[in-house]
Amino acid sequence: MTPTTSSTTSSASSTSAARPEPPGPTGPARGPAAGGASPTSPAPPHTGSRGTRVLGGAALASLALLVLYGLVVSPADAEMADSVRLMYVHVPAATFMYAGCVIATVASAFWLRRRTPGWDALAGAGAEIGLVFAAITLGTGSLWGRPTWGTYWTWDARLTSTALLAAMLLGYLALRRLDVDPGARSSRAAVLGLLLLPNAIVVNRSVEWWRSLHQQSTLVRLDPTIEGDMLVALMLGFLAIGLVFCWLLVHRFRLGWLEHQSERLDLDAALAARRAEAVPPAEGT
Amino acid sequence: MEPVVHLRAAVALLGRFPALAGIDLDVARREIVLLRGPNGAGKTTLLRALAGLVPVVRGEAVVLGCDLRRDARSVRPRVGLLGHGTGLFDDLTVVDNVRFWGRASRADAGDVAAALALVGLDGHLRDIAVGRLSAGQRRRTSLACLLARRPELWLLDEPHAGLDHETRDQLDELVRRAVQQGATVVLASHELDRAESLAHRTVELVGGMTAHPDQPGFVRGDGRPSDQSREQNASAGEVTHVA
Amino acid sequence: MWRDAVLVAGRDLRVERRSRVATNQVAPFSLLVLVLFAFALDPDRQLLERVASGLFWAAVLFSALLAIARSAAIDEADGVRDALRLSGLEPGGVFVGKAAAVAVVLLALEVLLGVGVVVLYGVDPAGAGLLALTCVAATLALAATGTLYGALVSGLRVRETLLPLLLLPTLAPVLVGATRAFEAALAGVPADGWPWVGLLSAFAVAYLIAGALAYGSLLEGS
Repeated sequence: MTPTTSSTTSSASSTSAARPEPPGPTGPARGPAAGGASPTSPAPPHTGSRGTRVLGGAALASLALLVLYGLVVSPADAEMADSVRLMYVHVPAATFMYAGCVIATVASAFWLRRRTPGWDALAGAGAEIGLVFAAITLGTGSLWGRPTWGTYWTWDARLTSTALLAAMLLGYLALRRLDVDPGARSSRAAVLGLLLLPNAIVVNRSVEWWRSLHQQSTLVRLDPTIEGDMLVALMLGFLAIGLVFCWLLVHRFRLGWLEHQSERLDLDAALAARRAEAVPPAEGT
Repeated sequence: MEPVVHLRAAVALLGRFPALAGIDLDVARREIVLLRGPNGAGKTTLLRALAGLVPVVRGEAVVLGCDLRRDARSVRPRVGLLGHGTGLFDDLTVVDNVRFWGRASRADAGDVAAALALVGLDGHLRDIAVGRLSAGQRRRTSLACLLARRPELWLLDEPHAGLDHETRDQLDELVRRAVQQGATVVLASHELDRAESLAHRTVELVGGMTAHPDQPGFVRGDGRPSDQSREQNASAGEVTHVA
Repeated sequence: MWRDAVLVAGRDLRVERRSRVATNQVAPFSLLVLVLFAFALDPDRQLLERVASGLFWAAVLFSALLAIARSAAIDEADGVRDALRLSGLEPGGVFVGKAAAVAVVLLALEVLLGVGVVVLYGVDPAGAGLLALTCVAATLALAATGTLYGALVSGLRVRETLLPLLLLPTLAPVLVGATRAFEAALAGVPADGWPWVGLLSAFAVAYLIAGALAYGSLLEGS
């Protein structure tokens, strides 16, 4: 999907698409023009705005600070040596992976109640970015595991449940990507999205329980007590990753919103084309 | 009297395709209305929309007193649709199929038996798996399922297709009898001679819109007030053929 | 709703009785999976006996995928979806009925697989009460989840491939829980198994409720 082509003819005003929450004045998905009367002001051909540029700048700056603090200023850990530095990315990424799931599930619930396309777009955005952060979590986790546990993969409860969550997110996004009737796609995706977080929690709990029954964790856990510069670095990690998360979420949400707008405009054009079929008088009747 | 079907500038979508681009249609109780038009004119979608299966997204749409745009579900148990799909389970016998769909619609054993008898499937055929029947026999089974529901509005999509001559006569007879008992019928058929002799009135569809019956070049569907004479014809149940 | 559930369950079981897909295809397949596990692992009795619980539930899971796809296919026949929507059947009742029919088929398969595990892997069955309750709870969980996800992908061109992708990660807790409970029963320490049965039951109840509520909106989206 190319945002530039789909949005050039869009009638979305930049303010209505700018809020991370679905804009109110839109009609229900079933009645494309029912709420109608959208302003015909030309839409921005991109998903950025001043707000997102500030957000992006802040994200970049905090990432730079994180690099500085995480790699240079903060000391190596006594036990884990330099590999502790991965934690400054890993822990925030895992947190925001769950944040993405929470957003997807909550937005799906709202879609099922309100049926406004904004919630559908938000659910998709949350899940997609959740998957990105799941990949980062898994990648940094197994990199960290190599020096710490001597292996890239271990059947650690957190790694295993994260992998399963990533698989569920993949399934959810696969369902969303199908090219079927948008209304049907939205309702199926919303049901699946609603189950995403409860499933993630049940999987996480059961796997945790399963592993803890077998071997009491002799492994080094990823939550040693930390203080000083290391704590600052971890906090910076949360800030930077959080800003990146928000920035991605806003852009992905707007892209979904513009896709919806373009589908809606396609409808109006299609209606005109369909009516044109009837204009030449049918001969022979 | 309130019409059974009242559509004004109704638009319905199949996915993103506006299969119905502006339909004006009024059908009075006990009327038999034939929809005709080229392939892709929207006949099937119109019938499915009247059944509350395809949502109407613009315009007015009231069927049997239910507003389809607000609550399409409440109209469904009251209509019977004989569509392209048979709606039958191939592994089950004729009687099992009719019994299942009959019971699903709160019909009792008497309704089921009567429906089977009406379509002539109460003989040895009733205990044969539907998958082994011919297309015409399956059609008759679907018709029995419809009869068992005792619908107020019959929606028949190409009801004559695949039936032999005798069965077509039987079908027409069943339709006439249902109308005598108070039902209303909308059908789409390419068997024009037969369908037009059955129907009280013909409505032309072109490009997802209703054409005015007396002026073939003039297409309505823009929500303008309907033509007076047509309304009177409709309520009087007169036969107004095109062509 | 319960009346509709009984009606639909009866229909699905009747279709199964006439078509014999589960008896003639799914059951032999599940036994074949047990044999293949023995090929893949060393046919060393001790190893097989130790991992029998896991293999049993993995075989059940694979067979369940087939049973679920089959159950969903019944309602994908020509025009059946329209007829269901027109019928006035309660969607929640349709869901519960379909799940019940799948559960009956799966329970029969589990009995067969249980015999297979005893004969082929030399397992000594112990703790019958825990085994039986685990089977019931896990089967309800599988049937409820499977029926919901089967409806989620029904009518899609990619349903055969999408169904396992959606279903298997979700069912991981069921596989873990049922396997642990079986191990506890076979090891003679049923006290370790009961918490897992609790988890399985909670999972089953949650999915039965979720499915009954969501089935209507899945039936609508064509």
